[in-house]
Amino acid sequence: MAKKTGQAIDFASIKATMSDPYKKTFQIVDKDAKIVNQELFDTFSDDQLVDFMKKMVWERALHEQTMNFSRQGRLGFYAPTYGEEASEMGSVSAFKDQDFLFPAYRDLPELIQHGASVTQGFLWSKGNAVGDDYGDQRNWFPQIIIGAQYVEAAGAALGIKKNGEKDAVSFVYTGDGGTSQGDFYEGVNFASSFQAPAVFMVQNNGWAISVPRKKQTAAETLAQKAVASGVPSIQVDGMDVLATYIATKEARDFAAAGNGPVLVETLTYRYGAHSSAGDDPSRYRTKEEEKPWFDADPLIRMRKVLGDKGLWSQDQEDKLTEEYKDSFKKSMKEAENTPTQSVVDMLKTTFEEPTPQIKADIARFEAKESK
Amino acid sequence: MAKLTYIKAITDGLDVCLGEDPKTLIFGEDVGKNGGVFRTTQGLQDKYGEDRVFDTPLAESGILGLAIGLAATGWRPLPEIQFMGFTFEAVDSLGGQMSRERFRFSGKRSMPITVRTPFGGGTHTAEMHADNLENYYVGTPGLRVVTPANPYDAKGMIISAVENNDPVLFLENLKLYRSMKDEIPEGKYTVPLDTAKVAREGTDITIVAYSAEVNESLKVADKLAKENISAEVIDLRSLSPIDTDTIFKSVEKTHKVVVVQEAQKMAGVGAQVTAEIAEHAIMDLDAPIGRVAAPDSVYPWAQVENDWIPNADDIEAKAREILNY
Repeated sequence: MAKKTGQAIDFASIKATMSDPYKKTFQIVDKDAKIVNQELFDTFSDDQLVDFMKKMVWERALHEQTMNFSRQGRLGFYAPTYGEEASEMGSVSAFKDQDFLFPAYRDLPELIQHGASVTQGFLWSKGNAVGDDYGDQRNWFPQIIIGAQYVEAAGAALGIKKNGEKDAVSFVYTGDGGTSQGDFYEGVNFASSFQAPAVFMVQNNGWAISVPRKKQTAAETLAQKAVASGVPSIQVDGMDVLATYIATKEARDFAAAGNGPVLVETLTYRYGAHSSAGDDPSRYRTKEEEKPWFDADPLIRMRKVLGDKGLWSQDQEDKLTEEYKDSFKKSMKEAENTPTQSVVDMLKTTFEEPTPQIKADIARFEAKESK
Repeated sequence: MAKLTYIKAITDGLDVCLGEDPKTLIFGEDVGKNGGVFRTTQGLQDKYGEDRVFDTPLAESGILGLAIGLAATGWRPLPEIQFMGFTFEAVDSLGGQMSRERFRFSGKRSMPITVRTPFGGGTHTAEMHADNLENYYVGTPGLRVVTPANPYDAKGMIISAVENNDPVLFLENLKLYRSMKDEIPEGKYTVPLDTAKVAREGTDITIVAYSAEVNESLKVADKLAKENISAEVIDLRSLSPIDTDTIFKSVEKTHKVVVVQEAQKMAGVGAQVTAEIAEHAIMDLDAPIGRVAAPDSVYPWAQVENDWIPNADDIEAKAREILNY
């Protein structure tokens, strides 16, 4: 008689323990503004701490002002970044000029910190060609096709390696939903196969429009998805700007030193709608679900940390916010005064040498546009 | 000069490109040590090293995404997709990304990528290894789609494609790989990417074709010549853009035209040629435009494919119908 099988391999135990290395989220300041890693906290100068706070205040002011502009009909598609200030400003602060950035559409603040102008950000949203004109900056356009930027970033990382660049990496962002794409895995795996200097950022803000993070995968963290391709990774508290900065900086240093790619998952939250185009989160989540995340707000905890050190006041923050908003209003004026591209000029960007068909179209629109 | 097959002519052209421009890179599945499953890249890794000619993990979207990132950092990528059917896995890279970058960056950044891939039927392969998917790609703005019909053009066109600063989808005909030989000049020469070629001059009827169907059309022209019927055969070479001037000049002379393709009939290359003639040269015609194409079905199983693919008999029958209209 055949023996009963099913006990040779303990899949239940493998499943129960496979996420163990990811049980602890990397953190320096917790949600109650308690410093949980004093040693790392002490590596920051007062100026650095204030600078992180200023950047987050800048991003929040940008969020508030862009939502105003959206309500006034002065912007096109725009993805709110409310709640993700620590994740975005903490990570981008680890960049060097020579690093390549492949952003997704929610990463305009990082693009701007990496050299693009606020005006350009607005122009991109409004659908003006100048919005994507980054000159010599190592910025790529905000990707719309979720995940496509991951394979491209692997290519840029390989290009950087082949160029013999000693201190440069390819940074790329996606969200929690993006990790479900085939291109996500292909990008991470290609960079791993070539041991190319890429830093893969996953901003896990809990939501892919209306689909919650738990429906994307049964994996306990998104960070551990990198393990399958031999890439080290970390899950970091994305509401803790200092932890996000340290994790990203050390990931960058590791990759730039020739050790291959790294993946960083930031745990954050999309406070607002998916986009300015009519998404209403009350259709798919409750205020009770949102509350713990608002309580974990990155600005609240830095206000307290800086306040305790006598480095920050609400009055100072309010003034700064007004200054930033005034500058955004100027940028919007500048964007509104930027001429739109003519169809003729747009047609000329289809090929380097226009084809006979494009030439005929150019002639047709020249006649139309000269009227 | 040496007599080379279509595939060796391509290898020779790739050798010229790698030799001329140190920024060129060949990569894909099995292209390194193995020299490609058809041996198109044979010997190139030995000659140029693993930094320039290398294998990738097995993922087509990854391969073309890699090409985009490499181009963004100053390289000139020549990725291979092992079979055209596998480009389905990389449609976003082709249609959503590389073909749009020049537009996105207002003409200031370019994607000098040549995507090589074998296509066409008649070689009894497994499913998805023998398709004519050009109809999917010719409607992609910013992407050139070209295909040589003989070894001489194959070498000259691959060099032109690699030198071009826009993405080019370079289609290599599986059946032609080893069935044709031409005298191939040594070293560098180019064949333009955007002009059709009059493969045979004639005065009574125009047959417009591309890739392997050019040879089928030439067979028909030979046969008709014995009856003193003079057929002109045009090899499109470029499927996007289409060189309509060469077609219109021919139709003006012959007043009759048959448009031939191995691909299914719906939309696509033959339909576009037909529409261009109807739009711009209809008054030159003495008869309706004849079309020869594959049925609008899935590409058939290997044992049926040679009955399904349009051949010289089909072209001859259609030509006679139009001649006798």
